Amino acid sequence: MIKDLKKQNVWFVFTPYLWLVLFFFIPLALIFKISISVSEWGMPPYRDLFSLSENGLKINSTLGNYLFIFSDPFYIRSYLNSLSLAFTSTVLCLLIGYPIAFYVAKSKPSIRNILLIMLIIPFWSSFLLRVYAWKVLLQGSGIINSILIHLGLIAEPISMLHNHYAVILGVVYTYLPFMILPLYGYLVKFDLNMIDASNDLGAKPLNTFVKVILPLSLPGIVAGSMLVFIPVVGEYIIPEMLGGSDKLYFGKIIWDEFFVNRDWPIASALAMSGIVILVFPIIIFQLMYAKYNFKNE
Amino acid sequence: MSEPFLQIIDVSKRFDNVVALEKVNLKIAKSEIFSLLGSSGCGKSTLLRIIAGFEKPDEGKILLEGKDITKLPPHIRPLNIMFQNYALFPHLNVTNNIQFGLKEEKISKEEINHRVNEILNLLELNGLEKRKINEISGGQQQRVALARCLVKKPKLLLLDEPLAALDKQLRVQTQFELVNLQYKLGITFIIVTHDQEEAMSLSDRMAIMKNGEILQIGNPVEIYEKPKDKYIANFIGTANIFNVLNKNNQIIIKELNYEIKNINNIENYVKCLIRPEKISVKKLENQSDNLNIGLVKEVAYLGSYTKYLIDVNGFEFYSFMQNSLVSDNLQIRWDDKVQISFSETSIYFFND
Repeated sequence: MIKDLKKQNVWFVFTPYLWLVLFFFIPLALIFKISISVSEWGMPPYRDLFSLSENGLKINSTLGNYLFIFSDPFYIRSYLNSLSLAFTSTVLCLLIGYPIAFYVAKSKPSIRNILLIMLIIPFWSSFLLRVYAWKVLLQGSGIINSILIHLGLIAEPISMLHNHYAVILGVVYTYLPFMILPLYGYLVKFDLNMIDASNDLGAKPLNTFVKVILPLSLPGIVAGSMLVFIPVVGEYIIPEMLGGSDKLYFGKIIWDEFFVNRDWPIASALAMSGIVILVFPIIIFQLMYAKYNFKNE
Repeated sequence: MSEPFLQIIDVSKRFDNVVALEKVNLKIAKSEIFSLLGSSGCGKSTLLRIIAGFEKPDEGKILLEGKDITKLPPHIRPLNIMFQNYALFPHLNVTNNIQFGLKEEKISKEEINHRVNEILNLLELNGLEKRKINEISGGQQQRVALARCLVKKPKLLLLDEPLAALDKQLRVQTQFELVNLQYKLGITFIIVTHDQEEAMSLSDRMAIMKNGEILQIGNPVEIYEKPKDKYIANFIGTANIFNVLNKNNQIIIKELNYEIKNINNIENYVKCLIRPEKISVKKLENQSDNLNIGLVKEVAYLGSYTKYLIDVNGFEFYSFMQNSLVSDNLQIRWDDKVQISFSETSIYFFND
């Protein structure tokens, strides 16, 4: 009986790993392979890593792609643009999401579920449609400009679309639930008596927030920030639809290298570099954070 | 009572049209241990939260040493509350929990350290200073919660079910410790509890609450011996309540068909209470003057005393007998016939 259960458990655990290997590690390995290949005309547009010639086995690998992208400020700038976009939108999501999460967590259970459903409902429609909706709202003949003109506040439509502010708006709008939900998960477990206790001990509401509520919701803040920051670094669709030429973002550059320039090795090298630059600080942060949490438990 | 320390005047509170408190009036003296006792939903916790400042009363005033504190926010009120679940801060260690409130006051670091050490000694928490809250036992947590309040030297300490989270043995010990502590410090305690034994053993005076109203205020003896009505009589301890008839100057306990001879004026009272420990039972041998014969329906041996459920003419009531006093009684079994006796001075008359 127990043996059977164990067998089941193994499969239970193994299935997601299988999924990861098939759809994550293998594609990643393929991308890595392309990133160290030499570019050439043809289909696929790179030379095979190994080729047989009269002299025997030949390895056609190069680090040239990496050297190239790190020597060109264009790529580095686009990556910094993406990091700055991710940082700004994470901070904004946190500032907007925290009060919402707190309010939802503090409300009565009956109302709480309705509020949660309201947060989740936008996910039922396509991500593309939601971003496109902003395009419609923000454009010159869009609803916002029409209302402002109608009210006499402006004479000419303001151009709100195709700049990096529109991108930030779209990103914050799209990723806000990813901040709110983990925060909510921690705040809902929060014992409200602790707020009363802190007040009772003489702490003003602001001090109570800084000394009690904030430190106890830190894991939620970290989780939410990760869920927003990491995907936004590689975000492609939102800058493509709402952004303009004022700032180029990393995701768009990779897309262009793949599909416009058909330079798969460069595009792959960009993707790999982006991942590596992001992954190591996050791993270090997570290790430090886990240590900190361990000390606190 | 000269100048009352805390005065609660006509305080009412409603939550969505449900009455939580209805015109509550209360005067509490300095250095008193006062309990608010009632079953859940009687409004005792709401009253405590209003005194602490977490809730605003719809009507009425609260005066502390003559000053109106009704509108003061909780962080300014010179009183502290200990929560039922303690509400200790899990991200802080014992010392930081205790000095949390002091850091909000403008006090020098030396003074803070001095007062924290003082309270650590008083509550025997030495050696636990650096521990996290989840690394100490329930009893220790209770003392940290108490220390966190007392270190602020409050004028008034509110305790919400202070012993409910402790196991039974620890509870009895902690009861005595709390009383000793209060005696040493002279701080006024207001305790909310649903446990009548706890209220009886801790308080100087107590208020019995029901449906947002105070039914009776008095010291434990008064409340136990002279309950105002049937609800209180049943709520505090076990009550044997009988109907009394007054016929042609004959006063009769109806259910026992017993005539009270030494009392001739019971005014308009229609009920009487005889506490179980005041009724003694004896295995039937010979007749005595205020004799009644009953049938033993149940026997519960509880070590120091035994509970008997007695049936007289279909009416059931309890008798509690000290085992040390009457070892013969240990032989009383189910369905035995017993004679019942009680002193007429132990009869308490009241109305519904």
